[in-house]
Amino acid sequence: MNFDEFFGNFPALTITGLEQGAIYALVALGYTLVYGVLRLINFAHSEVFMVGTFTALWTWEALGYNQNSPSPAFGALLIALLAGLVVAALASAVTAVTVELVAYRPLRKRNAPPLAFLITAIGASFVLAESFGIGTSRAPFGMPNLIPQETLFTVFGAAVTNVQLIILGVTLVMMVGLDQFVNRSRLGRGIRAVAQDADTAALMGVNKNRVILLVFVLGGLMAGVAALLWNVRYGYTKFNVGFLIGLKAFAAAVLGGIGNLRGALLGGLLLGVAENYAAGLFGGDWKDFTGFVLLVVLLMFRPTGLLGESLGRARA
Amino acid sequence: MRQKLARVLGGIAISALVFGGAAACKADSGSEGGGGSNAACDLKIGFFGPLTGDAAGLGIHMRNGTKLAIDQYNKENADCKVNLTEYDSQGDPAKAPALAQQAVGDQKVVGIIGPAFSGESEVADPIFDEAGLPIITPSATRPSLSTKGWKIFHRGVGNDTSQGPAAGRYIKDVLKAEKVYVVDDQSAYGAGLKDEVKKVIGASVVGEDKIQVKQTNFSAVSTRIISSGATVLFFGGYYTEAGLLLKQLKGAGWKGTMVAGDGVNDANFIKVAGEAVAEGTILTCPCAPATAAKGTFLTDYKAAFDNAEPGTYADVSYDITKIMLEGIKAGKATRADLLSFIKSYNKAGTATGVTYKFEGTGELDPAQVIVWAFKVNAGKVVPDVEIPKA
Repeated sequence: MNFDEFFGNFPALTITGLEQGAIYALVALGYTLVYGVLRLINFAHSEVFMVGTFTALWTWEALGYNQNSPSPAFGALLIALLAGLVVAALASAVTAVTVELVAYRPLRKRNAPPLAFLITAIGASFVLAESFGIGTSRAPFGMPNLIPQETLFTVFGAAVTNVQLIILGVTLVMMVGLDQFVNRSRLGRGIRAVAQDADTAALMGVNKNRVILLVFVLGGLMAGVAALLWNVRYGYTKFNVGFLIGLKAFAAAVLGGIGNLRGALLGGLLLGVAENYAAGLFGGDWKDFTGFVLLVVLLMFRPTGLLGESLGRARA
Repeated sequence: MRQKLARVLGGIAISALVFGGAAACKADSGSEGGGGSNAACDLKIGFFGPLTGDAAGLGIHMRNGTKLAIDQYNKENADCKVNLTEYDSQGDPAKAPALAQQAVGDQKVVGIIGPAFSGESEVADPIFDEAGLPIITPSATRPSLSTKGWKIFHRGVGNDTSQGPAAGRYIKDVLKAEKVYVVDDQSAYGAGLKDEVKKVIGASVVGEDKIQVKQTNFSAVSTRIISSGATVLFFGGYYTEAGLLLKQLKGAGWKGTMVAGDGVNDANFIKVAGEAVAEGTILTCPCAPATAAKGTFLTDYKAAFDNAEPGTYADVSYDITKIMLEGIKAGKATRADLLSFIKSYNKAGTATGVTYKFEGTGELDPAQVIVWAFKVNAGKVVPDVEIPKA
């Protein structure tokens, strides 16, 4: 236990924790959306994120940047970021939709039991990760340092960098946008209707399969954005990069209340910060341990997570 | 139906036994009457190490060194070849036992180059020991490997009781660091190396942390390193985590120098971290620079592998493979014969110039151990100095 060091670093640990938590939260949205509608844990979602990191990297490489490139000028930077964002988001969304069409929809047509979905989800995750593993020789890849970190201001002695603000800002914007979309738009109403009662929604004229597809697209888009932020901040990817992020994001979704969009944000930020505090207090080897202990303890007292389980329920 | 299947399977099993036995007999007779020389034919040397995965960069150079030696041997002995069998452990101790069993089960495998890493050695070597299958590792440097009483164990390089203190002396005498932070990855190799370094620089260690293999977010440890005021970071572990840690640490504004061991001494470290971040990093190795190897090794290696520069331990792997090949050439066709051949070996390697003579424990003769410091300069790992013995 290093209390002195811990309290000294408290503000810095909080900020870096929030930043990591924001990425967890964006990935957690994918789990939560799919669960809310299908009552299915889409384990392949971690690979949806992984595909995003790779496609963004390939886009940058196609534009002529590699891990040794200096940071480009503002105009070129903006193009690179936007191109990476669009490609990553599209690739992730396509991957998510492919998984739905290939792995889940045929099972749904045959009324397969929930366990079969779980196994196909894990299978789809392995197939995606391993095919990228084989294709990339399981090598780690470094990325161009597009946005060099610069300290903008300090809070209680902790430096806040431009990249951290971008990550938190983008996450909040995506979050609010998605929340409004689900709560206000026509398509969002469809999602909530199917989440509440799929059969009744179908009788009312909601196309269930289209809603499910939409949910996978939204989850994939969020994962693609998370992948881009990940690339900008951590600058690294590998075929199994999704595994740990996916696990953490899933934990974050459960922590906040799976099926609940705002819960995913809360859970993600909480998990990111808690992990960092644990690493600061007990040492880096306790980081993952603490995150999951937190999850278990919280679920003992609030089995449905912090904000409860509701995509359609409360605010129908 | 099931009965039928069982019968078919049984039939296949029996015929496999018969043919396998026949093939084995043939190999035996071949080894006795192999033409003019008494060299044994059709035997296999196994390479055991990571060829894919996080640390594959290190394994591939060693495999290439071994492959080069075997290819050259086969060119000279075209009628009596030795085959290379690869056991890709991905550097993962969990995958090692099954692969070791596989190697042990193949009677044609008479020797193993590897296992490349210390963690996998700890689980694979007991299996090799039980089967009496001789090994020479080009790179597993955890000191305790030679103290377990494995008769088959040989180490073609120095261990971390030479590398660790040398890295410590470099930090103390060359970098003259007063505040050093130490981090390890909790692997058999990384934690052991860090302990050896700490013994030398004990007083100037201002903090210590552990990370996990496959960890990607190092923000907490970066915060701790920066707030400790350390100017040097020693990292015990492998290149992927080292690259990520340094990238995030420098991204957060750290200006110091990282020092790490042979597990980071690879071009892939620069690939993960990026040239600008990696610049100035010090990497040690209980070996001489492979790019300055003696004889024709450098040109042969480049010719064989697309003009690639030999990486860490490529030359060592080449030389220790030649020890085994020499044994096979001299007619040591069984594992036991080859083992005693290696134990009594005493000759200089053509690439490293090191005299390979093993102590009873399987350690390289201490007089032969050298430790070099390398430096990352403009995107390349270049030799810096040979670190003097204490």
